[in-house]
Amino acid sequence: MRFVDEFRDAEKAHALAAKIAALCEPGRQYKFMEVCGGHTHTIYKHGLEDYLPETITLVHGPGCPVCVIPMGRVDDAMHLAAQPDVIMTSFGDMMRVPGSEGSFFDAKARGTDIRMVYSPLDSLKIARANPDKRVVFMAIGFETTAPSTAMTLLRAAAEGLRNFSVFCNHVTIIPAIKAILDSPDLRLDGFIGPGHVSTVIGCRPYEFIARDYDRPVVVAGFEPLDILQSIYMLMLQLAEGRSQVENQYSRVVPWNGNLVALKAISQTMELRPYFEWRGLGFISHSALRVRDSYAAFDGERLFEVPGVRVADPKACQCGEVLKGVLKPWECKVFGTACTPETPIGTCMVSPEGACAAYYNYGRMHRQRVAEAAGTGGVTHP
Amino acid sequence: MMPEHPDLAKVDVSGVRRVINVGLLSDSPPQPGEWVLIHVGFALSKIDEEEAAAALQFLEGIGQAYADELAALAESRIE
Ligand code: SF4
Repeated sequence: MRFVDEFRDAEKAHALAAKIAALCEPGRQYKFMEVCGGHTHTIYKHGLEDYLPETITLVHGPGCPVCVIPMGRVDDAMHLAAQPDVIMTSFGDMMRVPGSEGSFFDAKARGTDIRMVYSPLDSLKIARANPDKRVVFMAIGFETTAPSTAMTLLRAAAEGLRNFSVFCNHVTIIPAIKAILDSPDLRLDGFIGPGHVSTVIGCRPYEFIARDYDRPVVVAGFEPLDILQSIYMLMLQLAEGRSQVENQYSRVVPWNGNLVALKAISQTMELRPYFEWRGLGFISHSALRVRDSYAAFDGERLFEVPGVRVADPKACQCGEVLKGVLKPWECKVFGTACTPETPIGTCMVSPEGACAAYYNYGRMHRQRVAEAAGTGGVTHP
Repeated sequence: MMPEHPDLAKVDVSGVRRVINVGLLSDSPPQPGEWVLIHVGFALSKIDEEEAAAALQFLEGIGQAYADELAALAESRIE
């Protein structure tokens, strides 16, 4: 396929890898965070870590929409779905996220009307076809997905639909990156910036990372060569003593983002004072809620939402994985009690989750190397 | 494009025809033949052919440098 195959050529990957290796300063360790779960997926699917020198570590970030939804929110959604006459609609990868009483799939099996949709617009169709029901769309995702929810809200309002609402769980990436930069657990040398989020917000919002934290950021595409080239660009910045925001994915990401999309979001949604993220805790101004002027389409106002905070299961270490402090295989239940079929934590659910990506592609090469060398895998008490 | 629904367009996704919403590109609507990035039924961004070509040129360049290096290495006889 065009714009895909060209960015997968193995020979060019080796060429990039050689250039990256040539930029490594002897004795220096490099840690880059790929913020977006889509990148995590590509990295494991194509075994990109095997192309990199051992001194470069890729740390997986929090940019996986279903991974960061806290258990309490899943329970809230479940409560909403169980109200009389409600049809809950949800994206597929949300269906398996465990709440304290099981997942959407489990609830569906027990008779709750939860339907999988590809697009939020499909929920409008369901609402039109079922005028005596109340359709609630479980909205999740970063700025990539928020515009679609916003357009759907605008459409519902324009049509005067009375039986459609949104349970809004949209989150914003910048506060999460800032929380990671401010956390003492992790020292990062740079960021592989989220490509799809940036089609909406553009590259400017990352400038504080370069300016205030002196770390380079390269917004990257999703093919293997995109990621390798971005790592090369990060290494080049470090070698030249620069910290800038650069755009490797300029074929898709405009520097200023998508103004129509940003406008649609701000017309229908506003920042919440704070929101809980799985693993990262409460982060201020890190999520969106439906604006007052669209209150008639806000599931949180139309229904009573318990809003109880639920602690993650004891065995679950998703929080550490989402912060990049633990590698998936360092979690005690990884691959044993927690698998994609029986996920304990969210990172095993979505294909963009670090645990699922590790598990599905069996890229545990480094772990095996580390164990063979007797250094052991677990580096955290 | 679908004149009766200015927000909708027919696209070819790996050989499958689908209708998507292009309302988020209303600043500069895509023309027939252009490529777009689709997410949950919406076109989020147009693919900029010139930028794509520039990226490929960079990759070709380093690919070539690497191939030359390999060829040179194959010819060298260090003893
Ligand atoms: S293995 Fe399961 S419980 Fe452990 S961090 Fe991964 S998803 Fe969470």
